[in-house]
Amino acid sequence: MSDLEQFRQETRAWLEENCPDSMRTPITGFEDLYNGGRNPEVSHPDQVVWCERMAEKGWTVPHWPREYGGGGLEKAEVKVLGEEMSRIGARRALDSFGISMLGPALLEFGNEEQKLEHLPKIARGEIRWCQGYSEPNAGSDLASLATRAEDKGDHYLINGQKVWTSYADKADWIFCLVRTDNTGTKHEGISFVLFDMDQPGVTVKPIKLISGSSPFCETFFDNARAEKKNLVGEDGKGWSIAKYLLTHEREMISGFGAGPKKTVGQMALETIGADASGRLANSVLRQNIAQYQLDTMAFGATMARVGDEVKSGKGLGPASSIFKYYGTELNKRRNELNLAVLGEYALGWEGDEYNGGTVSRDWLRSKGNSIEGGTSEVQLNIVAKRVLGLPDA
Amino acid sequence: MALVLNEEQTMLKDAAAGFLAEKATVAHQRALRDEGDERGYSESVWKEMAEMGWAGIAIAEAYGGLGYGYVGLGLVLEQTGANLSASPLQSSVLIGASVIAELGSEKQKEEWLPAIASGNKLVTLALQEGNHHAPLATAAAAARDGDGWVLNGEKVLVLDASSADAFIVIARTSGSSGDEQGLSAFLLEAGSAGATVTARSMVDSRNAGLLALKDARVGAEQLLGEEGGAWRGLSRALDIAAIGLAAEMLGLSTEAFTRTVDYLKERKQFGRVIGSFQGLQHRAAELFAELELCRSIVLQALQGIDNDDDNLPLLASAAKAKLCQITQQVTNEAIQMHGGIGMTDEHEIGFFIKRARVAQHTLGDYNYHLDRFAQLGGF
Repeated sequence: MSDLEQFRQETRAWLEENCPDSMRTPITGFEDLYNGGRNPEVSHPDQVVWCERMAEKGWTVPHWPREYGGGGLEKAEVKVLGEEMSRIGARRALDSFGISMLGPALLEFGNEEQKLEHLPKIARGEIRWCQGYSEPNAGSDLASLATRAEDKGDHYLINGQKVWTSYADKADWIFCLVRTDNTGTKHEGISFVLFDMDQPGVTVKPIKLISGSSPFCETFFDNARAEKKNLVGEDGKGWSIAKYLLTHEREMISGFGAGPKKTVGQMALETIGADASGRLANSVLRQNIAQYQLDTMAFGATMARVGDEVKSGKGLGPASSIFKYYGTELNKRRNELNLAVLGEYALGWEGDEYNGGTVSRDWLRSKGNSIEGGTSEVQLNIVAKRVLGLPDA
Repeated sequence: MALVLNEEQTMLKDAAAGFLAEKATVAHQRALRDEGDERGYSESVWKEMAEMGWAGIAIAEAYGGLGYGYVGLGLVLEQTGANLSASPLQSSVLIGASVIAELGSEKQKEEWLPAIASGNKLVTLALQEGNHHAPLATAAAAARDGDGWVLNGEKVLVLDASSADAFIVIARTSGSSGDEQGLSAFLLEAGSAGATVTARSMVDSRNAGLLALKDARVGAEQLLGEEGGAWRGLSRALDIAAIGLAAEMLGLSTEAFTRTVDYLKERKQFGRVIGSFQGLQHRAAELFAELELCRSIVLQALQGIDNDDDNLPLLASAAKAKLCQITQQVTNEAIQMHGGIGMTDEHEIGFFIKRARVAQHTLGDYNYHLDRFAQLGGF
């Protein structure tokens, strides 16, 4: 038996024994994703048990090194673990910005002390993180951020405001872009610092969106304190970390477009019906849907092609620069088609007859996809300048 | 199969690009047009292409081909699109040979495929009758006559009609418009009694023509496949052909786009290059994104032919519809962004939009294939 096959059998046996039955059911909403933290939100007590067991094995972050709380698994083993988990329908034990965003940045840019301090707590779900990037006057033009960090010897004193801080009201710590120097260009003088949100100088206010409630917050700093040892990378060199992380975020957002199994076209047949030839009865809507499904198919092929190019050692080609733009625009189109296909039902806002208004709320929420993490216009600027080599105005 | 080219395929692509950029460029195409060459392509360049094995790239080795598959042929077609190189690659190699490979008997394949693979014979499909590609609406009649048939009807947009050695004529032996059953395919040699070819002058200045059939007699040995049962094989050959044309359009639109971006970097107005204007930058960036999608769907579809993918009809209509949509958009933008100079015959960009529309139309345009894509998707 090969080592990998043995690993598979051991993994299968361990999962059978340790994954609670309740954690083998499909997730029904965001509340079923377990984010950990000092005051974890739980929709089922088994979430805590499952996370603890998985963290014990290092399998909440199977690809991270063991000394940082990971599983130290090889790529092939991570794949086997994923396959065995989906075989029994096991949920991911822990989802968090710590895993998806800060972790990769610390592994890349953090010093040994920072890695040992923060990564294991992320892996075990003990500390929940949020991201302090955008400000009221620094959206698309993120580098013009103004939150000040004053050097006080062993710590920084932080004053300013962040906005669109996802889950700031639930997070324990923040990774934050601050300005430590005002003298150079706007990209210089930005630093990447980590600090505890549980202190008098930090105030958080949730934001209500057009879709209703939202994870977003405004976050205010009034003489908040960040220890010097929690400066990641060099003072004034935080922009390169920010860019690295934005790429991670853009890849996450472009993945939002994955739809349900039933195609829009099939959904439309049920609500609108077919003509004598079997075609969707409204030919204008039919064309819109067909074009959407065609583009979705071609976009899927493009993600697969870029993945295969990376695997074959060709590196990440220019095609990857369109993912964020195209993926989010597709998702907006999809949501508009949902409205067109479902009609009155799609306009419901509350009540069981409208399933709590999920269709209209998702539709409204999708409008933000092409704004957050770099607007579509900024993405097109990047393609025009960096890929096509068109000059600045 | 990974969506990347292997080493052999990359070499083939580079070799094709190099050869065509020297021997069959837009300037050569312009010269052929201006000379009024009825063939529309250079016989000597075609001979060289055949000597390099291109005419047999996708034909099995057993029938004298290279057996590289359709990914290989697609790569060469892409390069002919980029250089606007006219040749019988589409008519005879992509389409004619595919129909024979799908429908022909062992004897017919042995007779015709090696001849096509060597470039010695040019076999073209005579299918379309009206203004639009509508294969099931075929009305040309094949009436029983002893052990053979008598063909009557008119076929338009027969590619390379005036240089073809033989036609594959699709005609009805039974059934009526819309029926799959009753369609038959016949191999009719050029110059046969009752078969008249009239060259037609098309916007891309290539060789397409009218084939008029008036009591043209074919024998039993000229029937390809079963009487009345051509649809299955023909349909697959048409899918292959649509994908090959999509590959040509990928090369064409990518080149037209590259030339346009180059022009944006060079043309100055209001004291600066026009490529610095965001209005143009965003349109160019959107086209770039769409062309990346085009590249992926074409490669996926070409691999689908070689892998015998069950979803080939869907892949074919997806690739052709997407490439028709974007080729139209790219060539329109190419003219607009070139401005006045793009409207002149002297500039080469106009050649791209002319070939584009013929390739888009051939064997089904955007509307045909998007409709089919939706039908195959169950709605």
